[in-house]
Amino acid sequence: MSLKDLDKRMVTGPDGEQFEVDPMQDYFCGEVPKVHKASSIKIWENFLNWARSESLWILGYGTGCGAIEMRPLMTPRFDAYRFGVQWRPTPRQSNVFVIGGYMSVKTLKRVIRSYEQMQGPKFVLGLGSCTINGGMYWDSYNTINRLDHYLPVDVYITGCMPRPEAILAGVEELKKLIKAGKGEGQNKYAENFEWYKANQKKIIKNWDMPDYNW
Amino acid sequence: MKELLKDLTKRYGLSALYEQRPDEMFATVKKEDAVALITYLQGQEGFTHLVLLTAVDWIEDGQFQLTYMLNNPSKKVDLGIRVMLDRTDPVMESIHHLWKQAATYQRELKEMFGIDFPNSPRIDEPFILEGWHDIPPYRRDFDTKKYSEETYFPRPGRVTHDPAEYMKKKLYPEEGND
Repeated sequence: MSLKDLDKRMVTGPDGEQFEVDPMQDYFCGEVPKVHKASSIKIWENFLNWARSESLWILGYGTGCGAIEMRPLMTPRFDAYRFGVQWRPTPRQSNVFVIGGYMSVKTLKRVIRSYEQMQGPKFVLGLGSCTINGGMYWDSYNTINRLDHYLPVDVYITGCMPRPEAILAGVEELKKLIKAGKGEGQNKYAENFEWYKANQKKIIKNWDMPDYNW
Repeated sequence: MKELLKDLTKRYGLSALYEQRPDEMFATVKKEDAVALITYLQGQEGFTHLVLLTAVDWIEDGQFQLTYMLNNPSKKVDLGIRVMLDRTDPVMESIHHLWKQAATYQRELKEMFGIDFPNSPRIDEPFILEGWHDIPPYRRDFDTKKYSEETYFPRPGRVTHDPAEYMKKKLYPEEGND
């Protein structure tokens, strides 16, 4: 996609009918994310949090070398499915984004799009030291240092790379956080939306997509 | 291989001949003669495989060094053709007509070193970087650490240890300072 694809244009339909398309209006939702307030009934909210914590669907998108740890995880050796997590092929079907290690600016752009397309409530796991402080790529011209400046991270899993067991522990930790009502990454993103967008746009120089595009 | 190089030296004025291994030699050629030499090697001498095309930034000499690594699959020998370019005006003739894949190498060199190859296909399109505005990042005067610190919100608290000293203290703390 380039900036030109976002221009208004006339399109011919399959039956020869001409109509105008304004991609920014017609293809994307311009509304910025909203904060979802917790229910005022404590027991109901607790029930919802329990349900959320037991319904984790990971987006199968490997962003760095850490993605290699997902293969043993989703196969019989470590079998993450017994912990109630599964991998899904598209952002719209998933609610946990595992950032697998180093992230280049180019990848970050796709990650932001995918994250914003995911259904809420959604969570982010940062894998490995690269997402925490840049890891061994901390002085690279093309990889970010701190993931939490661009996306709200719920759980960091340390290591370079973390073993599959560590990722399972991280998932368990995420479940605990959600059950305790602390899995509020999505709301944090909505509250600090402008800050996140400013950080994202600072490094993504060719911003050729709408600000919020689910 | 040695006879070939002797012959080429006479005809193309090779210099700085260097034998890495009996089956791997390097030679430097003038910028104007490079494409003619490579064309001859590919067409007449059986160097039909372009292994790689890469650049080195000799910032102290004010030069870029291009290396065309050629391979002769029947004789199983490699020949590296080096070309020195002026760093202030790095332009080189394209060889995409000899190997189509050279265009990809040339796109990368344009983006990472700023070496131009006029008329090479898609040479001005971004290759890996998107929206890069600084000087090409593989040039040695590009300070990647400074750029990273200014751009990517470094997390405070990173410390650096000398690995040898650190491991000595960690593994043998009782020995103290020797």
